[in-house]
Amino acid sequence: MQLSGGEILIECLKREGVEFIFGYPGGAVLHIYDALFRMQDDGAPRHILVRHEQGATHAADGYARATGKPGVVLVTSGPGVTNAVTGIATAYMDSIPMVVISGQVPSSVIGSDAFQEVDATGITRPCVKHNFLVKRVEDIAPTVKKAFHIATTGRPGPVLVDITKDATDPRVKIPFEYPETISLRSYKPAEAGHPGQIKRAVELLLAAKRPMIYTGGGVVLGEGSEPLRALVRRLGYPITSTLMGLGAYPATDRQFLGMLGMHGTYEANMAMHECDVLFAVGARFDDRVTGNLEHFCPYAKIIHIDIDPSSISKNVKVDVPIVGPVKRVLEQMLEQLDKTRRKPDEKALAAWWQQIEEWKKVDCLHYDRDSKKIKPQAVIEALYRITEGRAYVTSDVGQHQMWAAQFYKFDEPRRWINSGGLGTMGFGLPAAMGVQLAHPDATVVCITGEGSIQMCIQELSTCLQYRLPVKIVSLNNRYLGMVRQWQEMFYEGRYSMSYMDALPDFVKLAEAYGHVGLRVEDPKDLEKTLQDAFAMKDRLVFLDVITDPTENVYPMIAQGKGHHEMHLAPEERELA
Amino acid sequence: MLDRTRDRLPAGRFGPTLPRGIDKGKHMRHVIAVLLENEAGALSRVANLFSARGYNIEALSVAPTDDETVSRMTIVTQGTDEIIEQITKQLNKLIDVIRVIDLTESAHIEREMMLVKVAVPREENGRLGQLVEIFRGHVIDVAGDTYTIELTGTGTKLDAFVDNLQGYDLIEVVRSGPLAIARGGRALRV
Repeated sequence: MQLSGGEILIECLKREGVEFIFGYPGGAVLHIYDALFRMQDDGAPRHILVRHEQGATHAADGYARATGKPGVVLVTSGPGVTNAVTGIATAYMDSIPMVVISGQVPSSVIGSDAFQEVDATGITRPCVKHNFLVKRVEDIAPTVKKAFHIATTGRPGPVLVDITKDATDPRVKIPFEYPETISLRSYKPAEAGHPGQIKRAVELLLAAKRPMIYTGGGVVLGEGSEPLRALVRRLGYPITSTLMGLGAYPATDRQFLGMLGMHGTYEANMAMHECDVLFAVGARFDDRVTGNLEHFCPYAKIIHIDIDPSSISKNVKVDVPIVGPVKRVLEQMLEQLDKTRRKPDEKALAAWWQQIEEWKKVDCLHYDRDSKKIKPQAVIEALYRITEGRAYVTSDVGQHQMWAAQFYKFDEPRRWINSGGLGTMGFGLPAAMGVQLAHPDATVVCITGEGSIQMCIQELSTCLQYRLPVKIVSLNNRYLGMVRQWQEMFYEGRYSMSYMDALPDFVKLAEAYGHVGLRVEDPKDLEKTLQDAFAMKDRLVFLDVITDPTENVYPMIAQGKGHHEMHLAPEERELA
Repeated sequence: MLDRTRDRLPAGRFGPTLPRGIDKGKHMRHVIAVLLENEAGALSRVANLFSARGYNIEALSVAPTDDETVSRMTIVTQGTDEIIEQITKQLNKLIDVIRVIDLTESAHIEREMMLVKVAVPREENGRLGQLVEIFRGHVIDVAGDTYTIELTGTGTKLDAFVDNLQGYDLIEVVRSGPLAIARGGRALRV
C-alpha cells in the first residue's frame, strides 16, 4: 500500500482505534486535512471541529477521562499549537492520555521565523510526557505508534507529535506498514509491585489501630476501582479520596468519609491527622491535600502505591513504597491477605469508627437550607437528586468545583471530570463535549460559574454543530467566587478585580448560539427548572442559576495549616 | 463572626509525632552519570528538568559513547539525599533516558580537562615549564609570549594549578567539567 504522509497519519489513527479527532485546520496541516477528507468513507476517525484549539484539547481530555482511551487532537503550527498548550498542560498535570498532532512549517524553513512557525516541541516540552518532531514521511508511522504507547502506558500523559508540512506532501508516497508492537529500551513501566513490599504493606495495614486509606486519581486512571472496593470492604477501614479520585470508591458507602484536603470534610481530615497507618493509593500528596507538611499525618506510618517512582517520597517521606500499576498491586495485596492468618484489630477498629462518628456529628457540610437566596450547595444537591447520581459531571475551576465535589456523590469512576492539578478555568464545557461524544446517551452536566464559562464559551457553537445535549449549570454569583472568598478571608475584604460589572445575558447568549437558556433566581423554582432542563433530552440547556454571592466554601484549611486546623462554616456571617 | 475553628488536639496525643516532609539535611556534591538516546532534544529535556524543578547544575558534559545511538552525560549537582533521589527519579522518568547512576554513592574516579592560555615573558617561562611538569600537564601551543597548557585531573588539582599561576597574565581558562567512572569491574552500560 503506497500512501502519502497525510494518509499514513490517518491510517495510523484508524489502526489505533481512534474514534474522534478534535481539531482545527490551518496551513501546515492542510495535507493532513485533505487526506482526512478523502478517507472519510474509509473508516477515518470522525473529526470534531472546535472553535478554539484550547477547546480541542479539553474535549479530547474529557473524552479520555470518561473512557480511559487516549484523546486525539489535530492542530496547525504556530498559534494552533500555542492555543493548545493550556489543554496539554491540563492533561499533563492530571496524567491524562492524549496524543496531539501538530503541523509544523516545512523542514527546509524551520528556524527561519517562517509564517506561523513556533518551536512546538520546545514550547510543550515542560508539559508533555514526551514529544517528537517528525521531518520525514517514513518516520510518521513508527512515531505515532510510539506516541500512543507512551501516552497510554505507565503513568499516562499527553504526547505531542509535531509533523513538518513536507513530511505530509501528497506527491510523496511510500509503502505503509504499521508496527504491530513497540519496545523502547529506555521506557519500561513497572508491571507489578515487589512481593516483599506487598507483604510488608499488608502486615503494616493489619497491625493498624487507627487505619486510614487515602486514594487519588491514579485509582481511576489505573482502573483500580474493583480491587480497591474489595480490599477496603474486606478490611473495614475508613477511606477518603482526593478531588481527582472521586468515584473510585462509592461516595454513598458508609466507609467513605468524603473528600480530604483544603475543602475536604472534617471527618476525613481529622482521620488523616490522627491515623496511625496511612495507606495512599495512586495519590501524589499534592499541597491542596496535605496542607502544611509539618503537621501532615503526624502519627502515621505511610504505605504508598504509585506507578511513578518520582511521586513516591517527593513531598512526604513514606515507609513502605510500592511501585507498580495500582490495579495489579491491589490484587497482589488481596492475594497476600488470603495468605496471612492475621486479621484486623476489631476492637481498635470499633473504637476508631466511634471516634469518626463523633467527628461526623460536626456536620461540616452544613449550610443554610432556608435561605431566601439560592444556595449553590442546594443546586448541586438538587442536581444529584434529579440525575439520580448517574450523570457524567464536568466542572470548571473555583467554588462551584468544590461544591460539586462535596455534594455530588459519585459512586462510579470516570463520572467526575475536572481539572484538578492545573486548575484550568474554561475546561468544563469542552470537556463535556468530549464526554457526550463518548457517551451519546448519557446525561452530561457541566457545572460551572459565570467566570469560568466565559473562558471557552465559543464551544457552544461546536455543541450545536454536533447536537451535543450537554446541560450547563452555571452558578452565577457575579463574583470570581474563590478569589472573592480568599479576599474576604485573607485580604480584609479588598475585592480586587473579583467582580465582573458587565455580564452577558446568558439566556440570550445560549439562544443566540441556537440553544435553550433558562434562568432561575428563586429557591422555590430551582427543582422545577432543573427538571425542565433535564427533560429536554436532545437540547443543550444553559441554566443561569443566580446564587447567593456571599456563600463561601467550607470546611477550609487555610494555606499553611494542618489537617486538624479547619475552618468550619460560621453560623452567621456577613460579607465584610 | 463566630469562628468554629477547631484545634483541640494536644500535641502528641498518640505519643511522639513522626517527622514529616522532606527533611532539610545537608547539601552534598553528587556526580550523576546518565545514558540517554542520542536524539535531538534529549539534552534540552535534561536541562529543562533541572531548571523547571529548581535543581542546580554545577557542571555538565555530554558526548556520544562507543555506541553512537547512546550519549553519556555527566552531571555535577548539589542537594540533600532527598533532592538527589528526586533528581535521579525524575531523570529516569524522561523517556530518552536509558540509565541513571549516582556515582558518588560508591568508589569512583573523576577526571576533568582544562586548557589554560597564559602570557609569560620569555625570561620566566622556565618556572612555568616546571609548574606544568609538576602538575603533569603539557604545553600544547606557543605563540610569541603566549602559552597554552593542557592539564587533566580532579577539580581540586585543576584549581590548585590555576592558583599557582597567580602573578602570570592569565588570558583564558577552559574547563570541560568532570567525567566520572566507577572503580573496579562495575560499569554503566545500556
